Amino acid sequence: MSATPDELKSRIEAGIPGAVATVTGDGHHFNAVVSSAAFEGMPRLAQHRLVYDVFGSEVGDRIHALSIQTRTLETEETK
Amino acid sequence: MSDTAANPMRDAIQEAIAENRVILFMKGTPDAPACGFSARTVGILQSTGVEYAAVDILPDPRIRQELSALSDWPTIPQLFVGGELVGGCDIVSEMYESGELHQTLGVEGTPAGDEAAPDVEEVESAPLSIENRL
Repeated sequence: MSATPDELKSRIEAGIPGAVATVTGDGHHFNAVVSSAAFEGMPRLAQHRLVYDVFGSEVGDRIHALSIQTRTLETEETK
Repeated sequence: MSDTAANPMRDAIQEAIAENRVILFMKGTPDAPACGFSARTVGILQSTGVEYAAVDILPDPRIRQELSALSDWPTIPQLFVGGELVGGCDIVSEMYESGELHQTLGVEGTPAGDEAAPDVEEVESAPLSIENRL
């Protein structure tokens, strides 16, 4: 069964504490914008790894391509 | 993996990363990228004027397999600077836009001129085909 944006969204949100994800895609190529307090203080590389790790070996295979943009809650909030 | 058997492909990749300060593992070549993400990353690198090496991962599936095992990064392209993984297309794009990429590459913010001819070097003996670009 091919992957859907909704599936990716719920798996990211279940896999990363406090994550809110917006996922678009055509079943093969996906783009995910993920916000989470878990990213706080983490290098960007580690933030993206957290998202890739949700899908393991499915990335590059069932999920042909996954573009990622990560946000900490701090960059979103205006205090 | 506890496999300690000889792994020439992994050795060749590690050597390439160690010997080239800026090295891009991509699908296709800088002149003929085989994927939009690789094409975009090449375009960004070229606009910075940095000298870099490029490895096409497509000729042998083991290149990608060993590279991803080494770098713990599932997708292609992968940019390494000074032996460290910087990221793929998304991270390189974000860093380019924020100006961080120029810092990481150690180049000026303005693109270099085209006065210097590209220095393309083919490494024949290795199981990897590496091109050095300017």
